[in-house]
Amino acid sequence: MNALAPAIVSLHDVGKTFDNGTLALDRFSLDVGDGEFVSLLGPSGCGKSTALRIVAGLSAPSAGAVAWPAGAAKLGFVFQEPTLMPWAKVEANVRLPLRLAHVDETKARAAALKALDHVGLGDFAQHYPRELSGGMKMRASIARALVTEPELLLMDEPFAALDEITRFKLNNDLLMLWQALRRTVIFVTHSVFESVYLSQRIVVMTPRPGRVFADIAIPAPYPRDERFRTSADFAGYCRTVSEALARATGGAS
Amino acid sequence: MNERALRIVLPIVVLALILIAWQSVVSLFAIPSFVLPGPGLVLHTLVSDGALLWHSLLVTLATTVEGFVLAAVGGIGLAVLFSQSRLIEYSLYPYAVILQVTPVVAIAPLLLIYLPQPLAVLACAWIVAFFPVLANTMLGLASVDHNLIALFELYKASRWQLLWNLKLPAALPQTLAGLRIAGGLSLIGAVVAEIAAGSAGAGSGLAYRIAESGYRLNIPRMFAALLLLSAAGIVIFFVLSAASHLILRRWHESAVRREV
Repeated sequence: MNALAPAIVSLHDVGKTFDNGTLALDRFSLDVGDGEFVSLLGPSGCGKSTALRIVAGLSAPSAGAVAWPAGAAKLGFVFQEPTLMPWAKVEANVRLPLRLAHVDETKARAAALKALDHVGLGDFAQHYPRELSGGMKMRASIARALVTEPELLLMDEPFAALDEITRFKLNNDLLMLWQALRRTVIFVTHSVFESVYLSQRIVVMTPRPGRVFADIAIPAPYPRDERFRTSADFAGYCRTVSEALARATGGAS
Repeated sequence: MNERALRIVLPIVVLALILIAWQSVVSLFAIPSFVLPGPGLVLHTLVSDGALLWHSLLVTLATTVEGFVLAAVGGIGLAVLFSQSRLIEYSLYPYAVILQVTPVVAIAPLLLIYLPQPLAVLACAWIVAFFPVLANTMLGLASVDHNLIALFELYKASRWQLLWNLKLPAALPQTLAGLRIAGGLSLIGAVVAEIAAGSAGAGSGLAYRIAESGYRLNIPRMFAALLLLSAAGIVIFFVLSAASHLILRRWHESAVRREV
């Protein structure tokens, strides 16, 4: 972790028990520094998505607390599916958060177009979601999360459903955006390679109930590109993280 | 001959065969027209009684359209109300079901006692037609993508914004399917009520003409009126289907041509 950066959000001993009695998270603590790129890595069902939803305020913790040392941060959320409204054009989908906040329409349109430009979809503003490919839909979804200029971007396995070529491309674009905009990102994934490629820090979680098992820094410099993906450093980090993940899951995976 | 042409030609051939058979039976056995008029006579009556039947058609269509509009407003309105409050839904939904499952033919005579005839006819049209709108819209409102709802929550959308910007548009395909059924049903409701009003009725709708012509043994006019009713039903169905297609064609899978 970038020790100098003040935390934008801190989770203290957060627990989450669902109505059916499932304990999803148990004494989960995490500080995320301002401007950091942190990945939550774990097997499916380890509560990493639950942790993200608790940070987003979409789910209430059953125990513990979420603190915002510098005050409540503006949030953007990217779901695993693009989650676009099929009846609205791409531009209107991206503009939605501003519309809900009653932002003046002319301003909102300009902001939506700018966000679409950021993700390389400037020419598709007037298309309907069904006319876009899977990767483009996900870009539109990211543009919508960026349109409010959030301080904290929460991403819940956003690229899990995409093919590898598209995923690599979106990984690179996400890193470029992150470096250009300097937002904080919490990225949930179950891919060791993706988390190592993207993150400054990887939080490895145990399977149900989810706890922090290891907190691994990836000190490789940015910008990272395909050369990093094929480097010995990358392979080394992946081994470290994979081993931690294997121990977290009791060697079962 | 290609598939498309066959779909048009074959029903026409069947129609022609039926008409020929019908006319032959009538001519061969010299059936009197007050028992079974031939298709030629029915067409002739359609023209000769044209003014009278046309007026009656307009009366029935007016009731149908009014019943349909009320069913749309009532069905969608109730569905929205139910989606906002579980208590209201639990309190009222069973009665909506009861209204739906009780045959309207049985309700119509009662309505005719308590309501002035035009209102009773309209009430019948509404009772039969509102339920599919209600049931389909409720299903649509309840099937909204949970992640989209979470997204609206994240951006602190008001109840009204959630309804107007998300739930209603998401339910639109189902609502339109309900409306398409309601169009045909409101015609049936109007007809049932007119028939139930029968000779007591002061109305002059098409179904009333059928009942009246029956009493007067004017069978050709019964057939002519029946023909017009069918035609009205077909037109209503196609108009609503076309409207639904036009509204959904840009985005909904049901209206988009599948790429092969």
